[in-house]
Amino acid sequence: MYAKRIIPCLDLKDGRVVKGTNFVGLRDAGDPVEAAIEYNRQSADELVLLDITASSDSRGIMTDIVEKVAQNIFIPFTVGGGIRTIEDFTEILRAGADKVSVNSSALKNPTLIQDAAYKFGSQCVVVAMDAKRTADGKWTLYLNGGRIDTGRDAVEWAREVEKLGAGEILLTSMDCDGTKAGYDLELTRAISESVSLPVIASGGAGQLSHFSEVITEGKADAVLAASLFHFKEISIPDLKIYLQNQGISVRQ
Amino acid sequence: MVTVIDYGAGNIQSVMNALRFIGCEAVLADDPKALKNSKAVLLPGVGSFGDAMANLKKRGFATAIQEWTAADKPFLGICLGMQVLFESSEESPGIEGLGILKGKFKKFPANLGVKVPHIGWNSLDVKNDSGIFDGLPENPYVYFVHSYYLQAEEPIVSARADYGIPFDAAVQKGNLWACQFHPEKSGETGIAMLKNFSAAMNREG
Repeated sequence: MYAKRIIPCLDLKDGRVVKGTNFVGLRDAGDPVEAAIEYNRQSADELVLLDITASSDSRGIMTDIVEKVAQNIFIPFTVGGGIRTIEDFTEILRAGADKVSVNSSALKNPTLIQDAAYKFGSQCVVVAMDAKRTADGKWTLYLNGGRIDTGRDAVEWAREVEKLGAGEILLTSMDCDGTKAGYDLELTRAISESVSLPVIASGGAGQLSHFSEVITEGKADAVLAASLFHFKEISIPDLKIYLQNQGISVRQ
Repeated sequence: MVTVIDYGAGNIQSVMNALRFIGCEAVLADDPKALKNSKAVLLPGVGSFGDAMANLKKRGFATAIQEWTAADKPFLGICLGMQVLFESSEESPGIEGLGILKGKFKKFPANLGVKVPHIGWNSLDVKNDSGIFDGLPENPYVYFVHSYYLQAEEPIVSARADYGIPFDAAVQKGNLWACQFHPEKSGETGIAMLKNFSAAMNREG
């Protein structure tokens, strides 16, 4: 059975997990390598490491973290944040990441997707999209962590990145992110039905049913959450049991 | 010691990391001479069938692998490293594989209602649990990244999987083992498989 994936996201600032984690037994709650090892132990299917450091001098720290994660866990992981060039892709993939995610830089320079897909294969090119609802029932894309409205239609961009050779879409709802009121099911479904790429739903998870809803109604292939997992409001093993009981196939 | 063949294909570092993690001594080699000192050979690979064959030939590995497997010494092929052991792939028409095993690789048809490439976790139906699957559950989940699937033409299939259609996911013939999925990215299950390979190498050596 092909499994739906559960993906914890580690937001990193200056090489530290933002707001830390709440796992028992970790020597250092803010250490991303320790957190990655713990999530692997909890049967996470994949990990996303997102560097939200504003400055570009964090690249060395990030590469070091990626190397250490790759030496300690043996599940796929994606690295994103501040990736602007093919050289950035090369550095992060060489350090041991399986996929690289691009967001603002791909919107500003769509050929980056094409070049990366050609050089490394579509399977390692993830396009992250931050989308927000408009008054007329559509969604537009935001840049720089949701501060700048590009006015670009999210569905159209999804179709374009598929043509350019992206392998996966990491879709965040700016409306739902942080609310714990559930994923944006309409947005997720609109994107999922417009492309044949796997869509990772992000933003809004607060309870178990939100995950099953976004998979069944939103047609997501994977579900992502951060603090909900970090603070053990929901544990990944419990979530897997719940999804299985809902008839959704997950990796055991 | 296991020699990991470096023929310009991607993803080799993940394999090296995983072998190091299980305490298995591994060296990267871009010259077939290095095989002389090793107990086992691992052929990893991400890339295209045609490029892989061209690089294996150019570096002298094609003959070396054929001789190594003919002597039934421990060998593990992963993903593209499995594909090249067979006769051909629809990915590179007209290019001959190493022909060590009988079978062909076909592209997942577009009309199956599944996304291609097949990327993600899928469960196996294990047919032969004596090799890399020793001690694992009957339907372990493993991580796949591929667009072409095997139809083996001899009774060597040790595990099958289903992605729109059933396909051959792993094979074993004597001490020659190969799998389409990535043990080095398949969590605890994959680590257990690599330990089984390492143990077989030590038995043989």
